[in-house]
Amino acid sequence: MNYEIIKSDSDKKWAELTNGSIPWIRISDAMCCGSSLGSDEIIDNLKKYSAENKIQINISRVGCHGICYAGTIIDVLFNGNPRIFWGYINPKNVIKTINSYIQNGEILKDNLLGSYGDELIKGVPDFSELPGIKYQKRIALKNSGNIAFDDIFQYIANDGFSGLNKALHSMKSDEVISEVKNSGLRGRGGAAFPTGVKWSFMANSKGKKYILCNCEEGDPGAFNDKGILESDPFTLIEGMIIAGYATGSTNGFVFIRHGHEGPIVRTEQAIKQAYNNGLLGENILESGFSFDIEVSLTGDSYVAGEETALMESIEGKSSKPRSRPPFPAAYGVWGKPSTINNVKSLSYVAEIIRNGSDWFKSTGTESSSGTAIVCLSGNIVNPGMYEVEMGVSLGDVIEKLGGGIPDGRKLKMLQTGGPLGGVLGSDSLKVKIDFDEMAKAGAILGSGGIIVVDDRTCAVDLTKSLVAFCQYESCGKCFPCRLGMTHLLEIVEKISRGEGQIEDLSLMNKIGKNMQAGSLCGHGQLGYNPISSALKHFQNDFEKCMSGDCPTGSCKERKIVFPINTRPNAWQVKVGM
Amino acid sequence: MLEKYTDDYILNIIENQHCKTHTMLSSLLTVQDDIGYLPKNSINVVADFMNVSTNDVWGVASFYLNFRFDPPGKYNVEICWGPTCHIGGASELQQIALEKLNLVNQGDTEDGKVSLKFNTCLGACPQAPLISVNHKLHGKMDVKKFSKILDKLN
Ligand SMILES: Cc1cc2nc3c(=O)[nH]c(=O)nc-3n(C[C@H](O)[C@H](O)[C@H](O)COP(=O)(O)O)c2cc1C
Ligand code: SF4
Ligand code: FES
Ligand code: FES
Repeated sequence: MNYEIIKSDSDKKWAELTNGSIPWIRISDAMCCGSSLGSDEIIDNLKKYSAENKIQINISRVGCHGICYAGTIIDVLFNGNPRIFWGYINPKNVIKTINSYIQNGEILKDNLLGSYGDELIKGVPDFSELPGIKYQKRIALKNSGNIAFDDIFQYIANDGFSGLNKALHSMKSDEVISEVKNSGLRGRGGAAFPTGVKWSFMANSKGKKYILCNCEEGDPGAFNDKGILESDPFTLIEGMIIAGYATGSTNGFVFIRHGHEGPIVRTEQAIKQAYNNGLLGENILESGFSFDIEVSLTGDSYVAGEETALMESIEGKSSKPRSRPPFPAAYGVWGKPSTINNVKSLSYVAEIIRNGSDWFKSTGTESSSGTAIVCLSGNIVNPGMYEVEMGVSLGDVIEKLGGGIPDGRKLKMLQTGGPLGGVLGSDSLKVKIDFDEMAKAGAILGSGGIIVVDDRTCAVDLTKSLVAFCQYESCGKCFPCRLGMTHLLEIVEKISRGEGQIEDLSLMNKIGKNMQAGSLCGHGQLGYNPISSALKHFQNDFEKCMSGDCPTGSCKERKIVFPINTRPNAWQVKVGM
Repeated sequence: MLEKYTDDYILNIIENQHCKTHTMLSSLLTVQDDIGYLPKNSINVVADFMNVSTNDVWGVASFYLNFRFDPPGKYNVEICWGPTCHIGGASELQQIALEKLNLVNQGDTEDGKVSLKFNTCLGACPQAPLISVNHKLHGKMDVKKFSKILDKLN
């Protein structure tokens, strides 16, 4: 199919949808403000209302606005007015809110968040001035909350697939790689490796080649990959096709953990719509380039997100990492050259190609261009998924977007970059969100998860929970990690119980060093990070706990029950079965 | 023991699986989605279907922690014990569940009605602490609300 034809077709549909004659209601329906808060019921109630009162409405389910604390969020575009937003909507209050507005023109003040558009309404706050909106800079998430995640025409009307069209029809594949290299885009999956450079490793080999998109996202505290797939899966699909074209690949897999129905169903739906419109499959947009994408599901295993374990899992085996070399670009899934990128990394690609690498480079910092998608959770007033320009400080994120610490408490720790990342103290608020700055401070930006912890939690207690996670998730293939993590957990538990001794610190250090030197994959190599970074800032907490005097009491109050499940879990099989 | 699900029944599920690329893992996930667990004969059926040994299939089935080998309870209760939920009070939720369900760790209740599982992150951390019942998430949980939910399961 020809791009111009689908584009003008989509523009027409968009114009009808937005001309204001029929109210267009958009409902945020993503990971945390979706079905868990009753979005399905809200929609059912709206449909019933529309049928019973013979009032025409258009309803679209859209993605996350970032201000998840105000979920469920609903907005109406009607009658030439700007979009009017309400938050904290539930199946009970939705009809009253909508009916007052579209029948009587009355904008209910209850739960009103604001209006958004060129001309604002007097007496209604400006939605874009809400701190959670104002301090965001959206590139990868630009469509999220604004268009239906399940309607390819809305995506195309908002410049969707124009980046792909540009790449296929006016750029050679090595020009696409140069463009991504020049943009300074670095991997958002953990290691921050330059994406364009990674692509170039695979560009010259021939035959079947794979683009693997990593949405395993097992990091507790991170939900932005699933968030993107639930909010705007088309952006990822477009990025993957461009990556496929740049590297001369034939096939793509989107790798998601089984059970996460939202991202799985929405991605599959987007893939199907792309096929139906000639944007996937043979001869995409009449360019001669062909590419296929499918979803691959994995079981419960954190390490499946490691690049070589991911390939094992796609092949249907246990997700245990392979030794390297050979590297994935030479020997990947089924032995064929493969490139692995995180969801977020690929979600920037379409915009980079569409607007040019210099445009992308002009945002962010020298060493980290673009934006970071951070997930704020923990002891924070406004948790959410915020896209911010690289270079803003952690303090701004916590205070301005997050609204600070609730209950008049004080900030104590920030846990960043997933369980293998690190812990920072309250003196870290000046640290800039930037791959290198964060690493210098002793943590990592990694996948963007930031868990905010106030002064009710002892550093030993938090560390115990992180170490328990790492121990539980060790795949068991190599012994420095398998035994090391278990030993580390034993010691941290001992300290937390008040039975530790000062020698334990040097013992842990020794174990950690051995793990770093002898483990096969990043899980074991980085497995000592949660302890070493906590010790760097909070050795005092460890020493106090050793003398039986937990500084906050949380070690004693919170008794984690560690799951007894370990790999292999076949011990569950009853004898004689 | 007589298997409730015949080989043909299982083969039919696997042959009609949703994933385009058929593997050991995709087949096992499909069986568990349909039946709720992996009956013993499903291991053999998957092995034949994929043309691999039963050992290979056992290897995969026993590696991923979501697989189970006997029928699940009517209610699937999960409690997140990830760090965000931990600082939000997840351990209290664990304690109350164990107490009410008369368990010492995750597993099935004696009457087989409830399967309790501890999850490392349910993916909606802004609403911590979280639990889920039959895959429906319930956020901002506390002991009182959770007790009520548990009392209603029967
Ligand atoms: C134990 C472990 C778990 C990982 N989990 C993930 C994950 O869930 N998602 C992800 O994108 N990368 C994960 N990674 C990093 C990947 O190995 C890989 O670096 C990344 O997907 C590459 O994508 P990028 O270049 O776009 O960052 C993990 C690494 C390790 C060692
Ligand atoms: S380091 Fe740990 S997770 Fe990685 S291969 Fe070894 S045992 Fe598995
Ligand atoms: S606004 Fe709903 S998930 Fe973020
Ligand atoms: S840590 Fe509990 S939902 Fe993420």
